[in-house]
Amino acid sequence: MAKEIKIKKHELVPVHEKLSEEEKKKVFQKLNVSMSQMPAILPNDPVLENLDVKPGDLIKITRNSPTAIKSVYYRVVVYG
Amino acid sequence: MTSIYDKYTEDLSAKVIESVKEEAEKQKLSSADVKKVLDRAKEEYKKAMISPGEAIGIVTAESFGEPGTQMTLNVFHFAGVAEMQVTEGLPRLIEIFDARKEPQTPIMEVHLKPAYTKDEKTIKKVASLIKEMTFNELSSEFSINIIKGSVESVLDNKKMKDYGFTRKYISNILTDQLKNMEIRESKRGFIFVLKEGSENLSEVYRMKEKIKDTIIRGIKGIAQVLPTLKNNKMVILCGGSNLKEVLQLEQVDENKTKTNNIFEIANVLGIEAARQIIIEESLSVIEKQGLDIDIRHILLLADLMTSSGKISGITRGGIMSEKESVLARASFETPDVHLVNASLVGEEDKLKSVIENVILNQPVPLGTGLPGLVAKMKTGNKND
Repeated sequence: MAKEIKIKKHELVPVHEKLSEEEKKKVFQKLNVSMSQMPAILPNDPVLENLDVKPGDLIKITRNSPTAIKSVYYRVVVYG
Repeated sequence: MTSIYDKYTEDLSAKVIESVKEEAEKQKLSSADVKKVLDRAKEEYKKAMISPGEAIGIVTAESFGEPGTQMTLNVFHFAGVAEMQVTEGLPRLIEIFDARKEPQTPIMEVHLKPAYTKDEKTIKKVASLIKEMTFNELSSEFSINIIKGSVESVLDNKKMKDYGFTRKYISNILTDQLKNMEIRESKRGFIFVLKEGSENLSEVYRMKEKIKDTIIRGIKGIAQVLPTLKNNKMVILCGGSNLKEVLQLEQVDENKTKTNNIFEIANVLGIEAARQIIIEESLSVIEKQGLDIDIRHILLLADLMTSSGKISGITRGGIMSEKESVLARASFETPDVHLVNASLVGEEDKLKSVIENVILNQPVPLGTGLPGLVAKMKTGNKND
């Protein structure tokens, strides 16, 4: 009976992407922040299931925003 | 035509560009005029942006606080959608921002796949599949046989007929769920005996309660179902919440179904979805009360509450405990605890934030207090 829930298509869940090391560096440089200053996401978060992440990875989140239509947000994977 | 707008995507919000585009098409503006409009919009947009060092947290607190005082005066905080009770107003707002584990009135909004919303009959059928039904509801009587140490139940034949259950079906479910009991059919119902035999009476009593709570059909935790029309679509409102199991049902539209339990959303759909539901829930409370708080304040709060990857409320156990400075934490609640603990481990306060500098009578890093002066020195000419 246990059907796998495809939560990625749920209307509450925005698009999550894992960034490569190079892209990650660019983001940190552009925002002028360090890793510890970024918002966090836990490695056991259900949306990260198939992304193959490890602590220290940067996740790019593209949200639907009521004020800017699309807005980009970043979260660092932390130790759970 | 699009190339004009492309240049501005860096400087302007997509929403501004979108509305300029719409208006330009309506007014049939030439591309030179559009450029003028966009330049002007860029100027205004820059003016409207929050400058660095602005105390946005305080502004948010004030924006919530002032309308909040008016909410308190409204005594009726419960509203009934037909028979269902919903917490509203200030109690609900407090519940959201304090990040309570269980809402007072958990409500789930179950959307169905289009094939199942055609007529009322199918909707009712699905609704009855969701609603929790225990063995207790199907039985008219329970009795304990002290000598044999067994529990005897009497089935309610009328209810059995109404719901269309057969005895065989029920007995199969019972044997499946009550593995440590032996179940025999009797004339009017069932007889339950513990497999290992029971010696004391309290064990038999516990057994009786367990039998009563056995779920025959439906999903655990859902006490009420109510098909209602919402935005011209039929949805099933559920009193009680169990998102994970409801999403498993094949009749349910798993992309739209949601609950008002923030922690459940975070567990099933992730932290970003939880942020989204915090925004939606608090916005709906505020709108229902006829108040007007800019959504940017709510966005800030929701971002703050989810920034650690977990949901933390605006309480001393939540975001306040995440603060770096000892003095900042001590200035909120339970100062003695924070100060004693900090001195025991030799914690250092870097005085980077506002409140600790206020305590020490120093300039705060806010507004004009934030930037430091940097002088450009002449270099190179002098021999050193």
